[in-house]
Amino acid sequence: MTKEKEDNNRDDPMQIDSNRVPTGSLLTDYLRIYYGKFFPYTDMFKWLAYGNDGKHPGCDSSYFGRREFSFTINSDIDEVYLRFQSFFNASEMETSIKAKCPTKIDIGAVYTVDPAKRHAYAQSGFNPIERELVFDIDISDYDDVRYCCSGADTCLNCWPLMTIAIKVIDTALREDFGFSHILWVYSGRRGVHCWVCDSRARRLSKEQRSAIADYFHVYKGGENSLKKVTFSGPLHPFLARAYTDVLKNEFEKWVSTQKLFEHEERFHKILQLIPDESVVSELAEKWQGNSVRWEHLKHMLQSGSKKTQGLRRCIEEIVFSYTYPRLDIQVTKGMNHLLKAPFCVHPGTGRICIPIDPKKCEEFDPTSVPTVAQLIEELNANASIGADNYVEKTSLAASVHLFRTCFLEPLIKTCKDELENAYNTKIQQTKDSLNW
Amino acid sequence: MEIVRSQRRNGSDGSGSSASLPLYKSAPSLEFRLEEFGQYAIDRLRVLQAISDGLSRGKKPEEMENLVSEQWRANMKHQDADKTLRKDIISHFVLRLVYCREEEMRRWFLSMETALFRYRFRLQNAEAQKSIMNELQLQYNVLGNAEYETIKDKLTEAARSVNFTSNPEAVFYKVPFEDVPELVASRRVFILKGFAFVPRNQVVSLVCTIFRSNISKALALTNRKWRAMIQDQEKDRIAPMVEALGNVYLGPDYSKPKDCAEISLKDINQLASTSFPLCMRHLFGKLREDHHLKHQGRMQLGLFLKGVGLKLEDALAFWRAEFSQKVGAERFDKEYAYSIRHNYGKEGKRTDYTPYSCQKIIMSTPSTGDHHGCPYRHFSEENLRAALNKMGVGGRAMDDIMDKVRNRHYQLACTLTFEATHGTSCETGINHPNQYFVESRKFFESKNKHSQPTA
Repeated sequence: MTKEKEDNNRDDPMQIDSNRVPTGSLLTDYLRIYYGKFFPYTDMFKWLAYGNDGKHPGCDSSYFGRREFSFTINSDIDEVYLRFQSFFNASEMETSIKAKCPTKIDIGAVYTVDPAKRHAYAQSGFNPIERELVFDIDISDYDDVRYCCSGADTCLNCWPLMTIAIKVIDTALREDFGFSHILWVYSGRRGVHCWVCDSRARRLSKEQRSAIADYFHVYKGGENSLKKVTFSGPLHPFLARAYTDVLKNEFEKWVSTQKLFEHEERFHKILQLIPDESVVSELAEKWQGNSVRWEHLKHMLQSGSKKTQGLRRCIEEIVFSYTYPRLDIQVTKGMNHLLKAPFCVHPGTGRICIPIDPKKCEEFDPTSVPTVAQLIEELNANASIGADNYVEKTSLAASVHLFRTCFLEPLIKTCKDELENAYNTKIQQTKDSLNW
Repeated sequence: MEIVRSQRRNGSDGSGSSASLPLYKSAPSLEFRLEEFGQYAIDRLRVLQAISDGLSRGKKPEEMENLVSEQWRANMKHQDADKTLRKDIISHFVLRLVYCREEEMRRWFLSMETALFRYRFRLQNAEAQKSIMNELQLQYNVLGNAEYETIKDKLTEAARSVNFTSNPEAVFYKVPFEDVPELVASRRVFILKGFAFVPRNQVVSLVCTIFRSNISKALALTNRKWRAMIQDQEKDRIAPMVEALGNVYLGPDYSKPKDCAEISLKDINQLASTSFPLCMRHLFGKLREDHHLKHQGRMQLGLFLKGVGLKLEDALAFWRAEFSQKVGAERFDKEYAYSIRHNYGKEGKRTDYTPYSCQKIIMSTPSTGDHHGCPYRHFSEENLRAALNKMGVGGRAMDDIMDKVRNRHYQLACTLTFEATHGTSCETGINHPNQYFVESRKFFESKNKHSQPTA
């Protein structure tokens, strides 16, 4: 308690070691400053209100208040998970977050009524009615094909798997499904989240979300099946495009960065995907001391000299097995799955969950994402040289700017137009019904 | 009452496929006798049950078409097409009364009726299909020539990926993708900017989605009406019949193990090796080995154990003993105990969840790091053989089982496994993991009884 007072009163800045990942009460202290100075409340409100900010007569002022948030709060003794948090407006949300200092904030669905008041209604009266279409991709799901890292780690050698996932899915969401208001967010440690915010997406039913998830579901099978990707015939246009535009070349790079054909246990895994014993044994023999193996394999499978069932698409199957996005399907299918909010601090790494520009996703470097400690250090540095608008001069400014220009502004414009149209239609209908 | 007038042409095969396929939009104002009430319902139920069986055996669409055609002919068809139609409509509405009353029943009935409709629709000729679509007010736009030209290549590409031949289908419907979730999910259509381009032959999917949605709403309504007034009004006449019909084909769901004695933790290892079906043995084994299971695995195994008679306190102790070795007792209590209590109906909505049936398990989709699902479906041949070997299955039995697996008769494979490991035949066939367990215990109990006298 004393430390708090000290922090508030003293002039010289807190000693920050920006290389240490804060935990426990240090994390709480950092979060207090982060939530006090950095978290973009107004932007988050503008996003989630989808135009219902009370300014237009067609607004639904209850809309924001019907959204569920959840907080994870760590005290010295315990971790507490609070569901069904809701706020009437940005100011209430800000007050609550600053007071509770959650280590994680999740965003849930918009319900029929204010989640905090759900008990006042019959069970059938409390249902989710709107929710963004979301995707969650985790690099640890690729552990069987990456050799540089495993588990929660990631590096610049294996991060390209996430870049690939963003490209394939973002393109499909825009081209195939016609969505345009898509937000990609770094999850803070080992993956990315995607939020599709078009009103058409928010209104999808569970069944429709399931269908979209299945559309993207290509890599299948649990721990015990060998072949996770099988193509029995020509590829659907979506898969063909993913292959030609992204996966084919990325796999070539992957072969080299992961040295797939230089180590026996690594290329053995690839050979296991070939459903023809004679091809496999021929290759295995020839490869005893040769390193142009991938070219050799491709040549053999493409030459068409072997007519075995299942060989025609073998190359594509191999490429897809290694590089195609592996989604957590259950996250996408549910309507009330809670997903971490952008601009949270990841408690395991201290990194901020910042947005990623899908058009420039190749340039994204997870190892240089600002950490909370770093931001506070920058804040102190700015303060000490007497700069005003401290926050704007920190590393977070670029991310907030990206959020606003690439995502929020176009989204709000669309929402306002939709509200306007819906309102005008309603007015017209009232007028019409008065005419004989 | 709305019936699509039957076209009294002697249709293509005279099997009545030119007769109409009703949409069951409103209850008939026909008069019929009480005896017909029960009998018609049972006949239709036979058809629905056969469909359910066929689906869980993974039959292909062409096989299902034949199945439906045969079953319909055997149970529902009458020489007079009008009489068939009458029986069709009456039996449907009676079954609605029977199956509207519980959520599980509604779900089953909805799925089976939609499947029945789907295959009957496919068997209709183009004329009949068109008139049904008109009834459903499917005003989806037929794709115009100009637009068709711009996407022709992609349409062909998509068609080839589905049926491997480039059958130039000329007529396409441009439909919002939300309306054809099945086609989107299986990547059977080309989609562009939010629209799916559905070839005429895929129109079935469109129609079925609407049919399903209509019946779903109707069921909810019927349930409300039943509870509000009919049940009471009819308590001496129809209500007892409806109750009886509800018990006819459903089979036990094993959610409340009353016949089964409760099992205790100390027996569990023994029981796992003698009486658990392979799917649960595998999950159980992995849990012991890794001291962890992912969510779906916990659900599948946890609910099975509940069905087998494991009490909540014992379940918590069991899972805690395993998980705490990996994540610590504290984390277990914080993160996992809640969902176990949830499964037993002690948290949240307080629904008492029922253990998964084989059908549900077979249809699941295990992914990286998962061990749930049906091993007969989801394991590679090599891994399945190894797993069955561990159970003591070999030789001829192994070959028979593998043969069933190759033909996608997963439940039959499991039944054969039961027979091989117990040395006895299983007449009923396995439809539910808890059924496997119950049958196994029955077998061992009777064996013990019979072996008592010998010293």
